[in-house]
Amino acid sequence: MGNIERISGPLVVAKGMLGTRMYDVVKVGEEGLIGEIIQLRNERAVIQVYEDTTGLQPGEEVKSTNLPLSVELGPGILGNIYDGIQRPLEVLREKSGTFIGKGINADAIDRKKKWKFVADNSVKEGSSVRQGQILGHVQETEYIKHYIMVPIGINGKISGLKDGTYTVGDVIARVEEKGKKTEIRLSQRRSVRKPAPFSRKFRAAVPLITGQRVIDMLFPVAKGGTAAAPGPFGSGKTVIQHQLAKWSDADIIVYVGCGERGNEMTEVLDEFPSLKDPKTGRPLIERTILIANTSNMPVAAREASVYTGITIAEYFRDMGYSVAILADSTSRWAEAMRELSARLEEMPGEEGYPAYLPKRLAEYYERSGTVESLAGKTGSVTIVGAVSPPGGDLSEPVSQGTLRVVKTFWALDAALASSRHFPSINWLTSYSLYHNDLEEWYIKNFGEQFVENRKELMRILQKEAELKDIVQLVGAEALPSEERVTLEVGRMIREDFLRQSAFDEVDAYTSMKKQEFMVSSILLFGRLAHDAVSAGAGADRIASMKVREQIARMKEIKEKEMEEASKKLKHEIESEFSSLLKEYRQEGKELLSENGR
Amino acid sequence: MKFDIEYKTLESVAGPLLVVGKVGNAKYNEIVRIKLHNGEERLGQVLDTSDTKAIVQVFGPTDGINIDNTSVSFLGETFMVGVSEEMLGRVFDGQGRPRDGSGEIAYREKRDINGEPINPVSRVYPSDFIETGISAIDGLDTLVRGQKLPIFSSSGLPHNQLMAQITRQANVKNSSEEFAVVFAGIGVTYDDYSYFINEFKKTGALKRAVAFINLADDPSIERIITPRLALTTAEYLAYEKGMHVLVILTDMTNYAEALRELSSAREEVPGRRGYPGYMYTDLASLYERAGIVKGKKGSITQLDIVTMPSDDVTHPIPDLTGYITEGQIFLSRDLVNKGIYPAVQPLGSLSRLMNNGIGAGKTREDHKGVSDQLYGSYAKAQDAKNLSAIVGVEALSESDKRYLKFGDEFEKRFLGQGLYERRSIEETLELGWELLSMLPAEELTRIKKEYIEKYYKKETLHKAK
Repeated sequence: MGNIERISGPLVVAKGMLGTRMYDVVKVGEEGLIGEIIQLRNERAVIQVYEDTTGLQPGEEVKSTNLPLSVELGPGILGNIYDGIQRPLEVLREKSGTFIGKGINADAIDRKKKWKFVADNSVKEGSSVRQGQILGHVQETEYIKHYIMVPIGINGKISGLKDGTYTVGDVIARVEEKGKKTEIRLSQRRSVRKPAPFSRKFRAAVPLITGQRVIDMLFPVAKGGTAAAPGPFGSGKTVIQHQLAKWSDADIIVYVGCGERGNEMTEVLDEFPSLKDPKTGRPLIERTILIANTSNMPVAAREASVYTGITIAEYFRDMGYSVAILADSTSRWAEAMRELSARLEEMPGEEGYPAYLPKRLAEYYERSGTVESLAGKTGSVTIVGAVSPPGGDLSEPVSQGTLRVVKTFWALDAALASSRHFPSINWLTSYSLYHNDLEEWYIKNFGEQFVENRKELMRILQKEAELKDIVQLVGAEALPSEERVTLEVGRMIREDFLRQSAFDEVDAYTSMKKQEFMVSSILLFGRLAHDAVSAGAGADRIASMKVREQIARMKEIKEKEMEEASKKLKHEIESEFSSLLKEYRQEGKELLSENGR
Repeated sequence: MKFDIEYKTLESVAGPLLVVGKVGNAKYNEIVRIKLHNGEERLGQVLDTSDTKAIVQVFGPTDGINIDNTSVSFLGETFMVGVSEEMLGRVFDGQGRPRDGSGEIAYREKRDINGEPINPVSRVYPSDFIETGISAIDGLDTLVRGQKLPIFSSSGLPHNQLMAQITRQANVKNSSEEFAVVFAGIGVTYDDYSYFINEFKKTGALKRAVAFINLADDPSIERIITPRLALTTAEYLAYEKGMHVLVILTDMTNYAEALRELSSAREEVPGRRGYPGYMYTDLASLYERAGIVKGKKGSITQLDIVTMPSDDVTHPIPDLTGYITEGQIFLSRDLVNKGIYPAVQPLGSLSRLMNNGIGAGKTREDHKGVSDQLYGSYAKAQDAKNLSAIVGVEALSESDKRYLKFGDEFEKRFLGQGLYERRSIEETLELGWELLSMLPAEELTRIKKEYIEKYYKKETLHKAK
């Protein structure tokens, strides 16, 4: 219908485009490159193209599909890896080989595979159905029932719904409203830029358990909550995101590799089929959807990839699942916006980013939440975003825009990372605003003591930091024993509890129970050490206690052997201290009797 | 093909950019031939095209171009480079023309220098350990085949020597196959260029090397294509000819500056420090061309030199590089001043692919633990050193003194080694244990107990006492 007038990088201006709508998808040029209309001026449309525009020339045709940018959702979506606009990378590889060619179309979901559909008994022939209502389900994996819902915007009387074996393209029912019939299939499309509707939102009340000690114990994120992890390169953003994808107790994981390294996606693809979900024991890949738009893939599709991911997440949320979406890195997404904005010659805001950047960030994170879906199910979307601030400086617009909206902040620290203290989440500057909301849940599941222990940990770490400032000036020797013991306990918390190896089979994941045991062991050591100091023991004597090494090796204890080991360790801590105390009491008695003489 | 049409409709020349009027159908990114009034020819590329004009970036100088007598023809294809095995042992200029006087090459095929993005599902996760013979790298920040690992350096530091040493010594364990080397000198001085070529000649590496040289006084716009020529050649050798290729790009700082020059000539909105907002994407289009792909025998390992302006790692060039590459080798001026070569500072260095390339069957079972522990203990030694600078060595605790000593020995013996010294991974790990054994075994909590029992040298601790 229209023709190309101008090409500049990923942006194409076409004329003769009257009648097209904003954000409609168009096919550009002879190769049919996929693009999206992002500006309309009279008969001209500005189009961002999701593929490399090399070789396009003015005069070539532009056709509108008259549909907004959308994703296909239906059984068969789990376990896939897509590019930023939901083209399955495996299929692209079959079609164009090692490298990603141009103008290739591929169905997002396998069209041939047949699924056994079970209709919901409550949906009667001729009854009224509403948008989002559940019509039945397909058992997609052993643990995931994929509910088939009435597409958004469709209401009316249903006919022809029955059990059967269908492909995603087969019609399973019809919905009629005012004479207009809509065919219902196993799969549906949803526009990516519009949040999906729901009935109501709840306050966060349940933590996302991640098996990562510093997160679960000190800076948790709630299911349906938001978290951001900003940090310079090498601070372990990606490893944290991978760890969350592997071990967190969400039902579904959507992992968006946005403008990052190709090998990182390969690593996920290699590992996830062989790793087991700690909750279900099934391969992790069965609950995962990957979106990969690596740094060398077209920049416009990078901008879209985050929306593609969140739309898939919302779809599973509506079925009543807890979904976690991990985006690595949101800075690359923002940079893609900046690049396109600059090409549009928009007036730049801070550091060249468009003035609407903070709004876009806020809109994205607002798509999180625990909701009652239109189907009446309770599901959640938890959003975790990595941020890559230039030079690690958090005063830049993406970090600032993100920190204004997220409620958990994991400050990744270059100094910790360079000494190989991972996860390099700084315990003094990070925060979680979910503590109050989650307290009830912790008390119910782990008792009052759990909450008290957390506060105690933070208090010691805080105190340790203060003391370290003094040590920097006068040396540790100048401090009284009491404070040197606090330093020692602080060190134990950091080294023996917070530091956790993502690459050690046992250490990679720690259950809440084991975390509780580790914390209480260290705190027990701390309390007894302070008692011993009051009884006259010196800090050096306490630092050289044998049981310290056993505490340092708690992380090597397997989950299965934990129960027994925890009892044993507690006993050993107590007995070593009691013999130490005896020693000092003896000395004290001798001293007393000497004085008395 | 539009070979026959010569446009004499030049509207303006500014910096490296030409505006050609009345064109109407130039393809985006296609190559143009510019013929000067004296018959001289230059190449350029379409950066922006519309139905009335095309903006062309000239590869090379724009001197001598005039408005009324210059003709431009559009070649209908993107920048292509001929590739062939015959290129091994040869030296080319920054635009891919032979500069060693050994005649023309019979090219096998022509390829687009921009390549295409590797589909992430086609990649094979790199896991073959490359032994460079340098303890600081092999022991602490292991390089694996298919990795991209830059050297972050600064003026006056021995990055060229280190790069030459890696090239000389690198081999894959249990494999006799030698690396083919593709070298791209981007804005290098004649001195640096001849250093590398002589090193390659001396060690016989030249016959399995291809060099593309853009010298410091060559046109800076050419720097945009030089690394792409190198990578395109490397892809041919790796994926068509099954070779394991080591690509050396030096110096990426010059590349980024050329990118900035071009961006300012195009009057784009500048990003940080004047570098264009798309520099991340542009650098990624080079760095991401490293890797191993399914079904092909060869591999591309990339080592890049990035010199940090005023030693600043937060400068956009090293910063964006670090966000794309799989780690970095960080050279330190402090270590150079102490007389330690190769001056790799572990506390700023990192190899992201290390974990997959080490361990039992690849290097040795204790490698990960030794590496982590050396890191932890060396960081502690640095703390002790900082403290001693304030309170004096005498006021340190016994433990701190021990770490101070460990730190010194570690720098001297582990980080320091000879320009021609090659240590096997076993030697490197043994050296690591010797140093760690200066510390009490119960403080080595980052190593599994079984390995401490197996490798810890009890005698050393006694000696240290």
